[in-house]
Amino acid sequence: MINFDNIRKDFPILDSKVNGQNLIYFDNAATSQKPKKVIDSISDYYTNYNSNVHRGVHTLSMKATDAYEEGRNKVAKLINAPTDCIIWTRNTTESLNLIATSWAINNISEDNNIIITNAEHHSNLVTWQQVSKKTGCELRFLDITDGFNINELKNIFDVNTSLISITHMSNVLGYVIPIEQITELISGTNTKIIVDGAQSVPHMPVDVSDLDIDFLTFSAHKMMGPTGIGVLYGKKELLLDMQPFLFGGDMIIEVSYDDAKWNQLPYKFEAGTPNIADAIATGVAADYLSNIGMENIWNHELELSKYALNKFSSYDKFTVLGDNFSHLRGGVISFIHDKIHPHDIGTFLDQKGIAIRTGHHCAMPLIRSYDTSAAARISFYIYNSIEEIDSFFEALNEVEEYFS
Amino acid sequence: MNMGGLSGLDDLNEMYESIILDHYRNPRKSEKIENSDFEINVNNPFCGDELFIQLKINEGIVDDLSISGNGCAISQSSGSLLAESIQNLNKDQILILITNVRKMMKDEDISEEDRDSLGDIEALEGVKKFPVRIKCALLGWAGLEDLIKDKMTS
Repeated sequence: MINFDNIRKDFPILDSKVNGQNLIYFDNAATSQKPKKVIDSISDYYTNYNSNVHRGVHTLSMKATDAYEEGRNKVAKLINAPTDCIIWTRNTTESLNLIATSWAINNISEDNNIIITNAEHHSNLVTWQQVSKKTGCELRFLDITDGFNINELKNIFDVNTSLISITHMSNVLGYVIPIEQITELISGTNTKIIVDGAQSVPHMPVDVSDLDIDFLTFSAHKMMGPTGIGVLYGKKELLLDMQPFLFGGDMIIEVSYDDAKWNQLPYKFEAGTPNIADAIATGVAADYLSNIGMENIWNHELELSKYALNKFSSYDKFTVLGDNFSHLRGGVISFIHDKIHPHDIGTFLDQKGIAIRTGHHCAMPLIRSYDTSAAARISFYIYNSIEEIDSFFEALNEVEEYFS
Repeated sequence: MNMGGLSGLDDLNEMYESIILDHYRNPRKSEKIENSDFEINVNNPFCGDELFIQLKINEGIVDDLSISGNGCAISQSSGSLLAESIQNLNKDQILILITNVRKMMKDEDISEEDRDSLGDIEALEGVKKFPVRIKCALLGWAGLEDLIKDKMTS
């Protein structure tokens, strides 16, 4: 049995007051809060064993190297991947760009097509727009406005589909995409699949071996880790075949004045002194999540999400984006009011200590398809509660009163 | 730890003054006009505020105008306040007014006289406690400035 009060105590920020009110943090899809263990691990590294990795023979350097690689191990364990297939990047965006630069540009031609959905984050849209412009390949869109339907994917999928790059959980609509249906469809073909796990890895069990996916991308800061570090998982045979992303120190094994040989995985993709402190802290975050249990986190968030969606259905003037009940949705709920602008809602709630996201959520074309240019969004994590959702709806009633 | 004023709702009421909410609910001069001399569409893509400004000029002064749009209470009421204040002004007078609005919003020194010239626009001052919303308040004014600098002769 999980003790939620104890979990809340692990997060110092959840005790703070914002505008004189108890903080209710509902902006987890943008970034999560960090447990004290994660925060302390960064300070511990800089205070006690700050040193560069993979270089020195001195004690501190060896300790830093061990801790840095231990971080990678912990992340590998979280998603059930081989450790040398875990590449540190800056964030999900950089992970996607790495695939575009090191794999896509060299493996996709004008006869091919790439399939993404109409609900991708800009990082998983703009990147492929650019690959399409450079290679001449066609960019095809799967419409998931009303939910994912494998038959609609079958309609646009063909032998020339090089790549399907798809969100695992939409940061706007909250839908969870049944990735196993897609991997079954492409099994035995040359099509590769990238799963954008920015919103899934922090919140649900994700097993790359079970899912049999080619690439998985995610960011540490949305899973209780620090900002500035992200992960790319890739299947070993693909990573071995790919060209480096950046050139410089650490990614080479041998250098002459004319040429260089690339280091083994994963270092081939990690040029320069890496983000050591944050890699260590990401490992601590991965452990923290594993200790609670991804299944437990997911079930808790499903419960919060269902509770909030039910509450929303009694409001005439608030519309939740996406289909509320017939698709599996995680703890992300975007909504609009028929008159009140999301920014006014956001500012009002902020004065009540409730942090929500307002704007286009890095998905401009999707938001525009709802004939609006901005939406408000609440998103949950393991430390949020039913009581906080009740307070949110009470504040929402006040918003309606205030602006009508 | 405490971020922002203790009196969050007082700040809120200061920003959403009754004049602001009145202009938001009943925007002035929002009927589009025919045969306008100049018009401009301005928007803030990040929050989706948009305003459409039309001007009719006669002998160097604003003879008629219309401002319509979509967006938050601050951008729309600011547009409505703008509409109320520039009729019968010439280019130079409008530019001075825009400068004074900016000064007020950015908390710069402003003379008593210039402040008085703002009239109801002063109701926007509460927005300056919400830095991310200043852009909303200035959207229409920035658009108006672009429009008249380009098109209107002194």
